[in-house]
Amino acid sequence: MRHLITDIFAGHLFCAAGLATMTAALRHPVGSAMRMGAGIFPLILGGLLAFFGLIVFSRSAFRLCRRGSFSFAVLAKAFTRAFSLRTFFPAVLVGAGMLAFVGLLSAFGFVCAVLVLVIVSGFAHHEARWREILPLSLGMAFFGVGVFVWGLNLPLRVLPI
Amino acid sequence: MELLSNLSLGFDAVLTFQNLWYCFLGALLGTLIGVLPGLGPVATIAMLLPVTYGLPPLSALIMLAGIYYGAQYGGSTTAILVNLPGESSSVVTCLDGYAMARQGRAGAALGIAALGSFFAGTAATLLIAAAASPLAEFALRFGPAEYFSLMFLGLITAVALAHGDFFKAIAMVALGLTLGLVGIDVNSGVERFTFGLPELSDGVSFVALSMGLFGVAEILANLELREKREVFTQNIGSLLPSRQDLRAAFKPVLRGTLLGSALGILPGGGAVLSSFTSYTLEKRLAKDPSRFGKGAIEGLAGPESANNAGAQTSFIPLLVMGLPSNAVMALMVGAMMIHGVVPGPQVMTERPELFWGLIASMWLGNFFLVLLNLPLIGIWVRLLKVPYRLLYPVVLVFCCVGVYSVSNSVFDVGLALFFGFVGYLFLKLGCEPAPLLLGFVLGPMMEENLRRAMLLARGDASVFFTRPISCTLLVLCIALILLLAWPQARKARETAFQEG
Repeated sequence: MRHLITDIFAGHLFCAAGLATMTAALRHPVGSAMRMGAGIFPLILGGLLAFFGLIVFSRSAFRLCRRGSFSFAVLAKAFTRAFSLRTFFPAVLVGAGMLAFVGLLSAFGFVCAVLVLVIVSGFAHHEARWREILPLSLGMAFFGVGVFVWGLNLPLRVLPI
Repeated sequence: MELLSNLSLGFDAVLTFQNLWYCFLGALLGTLIGVLPGLGPVATIAMLLPVTYGLPPLSALIMLAGIYYGAQYGGSTTAILVNLPGESSSVVTCLDGYAMARQGRAGAALGIAALGSFFAGTAATLLIAAAASPLAEFALRFGPAEYFSLMFLGLITAVALAHGDFFKAIAMVALGLTLGLVGIDVNSGVERFTFGLPELSDGVSFVALSMGLFGVAEILANLELREKREVFTQNIGSLLPSRQDLRAAFKPVLRGTLLGSALGILPGGGAVLSSFTSYTLEKRLAKDPSRFGKGAIEGLAGPESANNAGAQTSFIPLLVMGLPSNAVMALMVGAMMIHGVVPGPQVMTERPELFWGLIASMWLGNFFLVLLNLPLIGIWVRLLKVPYRLLYPVVLVFCCVGVYSVSNSVFDVGLALFFGFVGYLFLKLGCEPAPLLLGFVLGPMMEENLRRAMLLARGDASVFFTRPISCTLLVLCIALILLLAWPQARKARETAFQEG
């Protein structure tokens, strides 16, 4: 039952990706059989993707219909359960931490970026505590500078100044 | 005799102080990261890739291969002690390995896993060395049409042998092929699917993609589960298996090695299929199948050796044809490219010391693993005690720095984050990410070979069926597709992956 509902979403996703690929591919020349253009291969791939997405979708829709449980309400319930704020909260914090790393690295240096990354993403775990995360972030900053900058000579800016 | 002279050439190249050190270091680091729960070989290799940048190509490849075996082996340690498979090929190790650990025989289980893997690794290395030359000669006869058909067969088998839903796996392959096309088209020079971003004109960074799908996504999924793990740290018992254990394990190891070596060569096969099939086989052959899942040593020894042999022989298509057969090999292609080695049949003739050196180092890597793991097991156990809330921020830092360092671009780190969320979505939707990665690597190669073949044949598509090798490969493809459509075969495939 559960996988039938997820397959409905998966099918839509593949279909959408396939159609998007086909539309984008149409901007490029298709070419001839001998000299294939830049558009033909993505066009075929997009078509295949949409086709298999349709199979995945219709197969599970058919089975759900036969059980009589194919309704918008069932889908909406599954969707809100899968993407509720409570289940999604850790992902948001990890994402925020990585985005901070991206934003801070070139302007403020490696140490700042790692401190923020570890602190923000560290709180994604439900048992996170300040007295563990703070030492961990400092430790990772020192370790990172030692290993990546001095040890491996990666061209990273260390400090803001 | 040619085999011996080739191998001695390889050992000459490897047996320098520097290369031995990197082989050792690779195996050590690979095990260290691989032991951490939730980190399979793909994420481990991607994370440790920057460590190899400053090295000469041979040392770097030796180290990467060491990392791979280490990660593989570390995964089975986690499976035995924590009941957490680091990757799909150690799922079966969990069944009987963890049961043995619960009975206080964790040491014997670890010992058997190490010795079985070493035996399988040695046998598979010899097989690679023996098969490489004739296969590479055969591969030199391949033109674009043959390459295209071979890759097509590879993708179809990868889908057929991947566990999970068949249609979703095909869709994932198609998605991967499409993602591989992002960037400048080599034939016409136009930019495709770049959304006007100059950072994408060289294509999607391979490391960012794999790190997102296998590293970040895994962390996001783990954070959602709020379960406690039970680690067996008390009474591991003697590491050396008893004589009785050895006798019981001997035949399964032998069968596992044979099975794994054969299945590992198949595209998409590799370690996962080998271990599952070996478990099923051992269960069928056992006098008392009910012992399986309750600590039967055959159920551990067979799959562990099969898995290692399969991991090893999956190097054959990569080294001989330049075609990766699974996600790890796809990563190895990326790593080889970074070091300026284009994988393919020409490597053996143009850079024999590199080719044979890598093969020789495989055996050495396995040897170091046995040396390392038996005495260091105490350290790995202590590492397993580190709670996940302290572990994943560290992994994230490694991921970010690893992705950044490939081309010093923060854009790639953002891309890894994006693919992390995409991968998380895939996990929720029950779509395996491994076929996508394979498609991503093969996408550009397939398109190029298709276009070249059509150009050479003056637009006549029948070339794929008139050239004998290409025709054989395509007939195999069609047979495989028909087999998959046949309901009974589909049922057999499903039960093979559900065993245990």
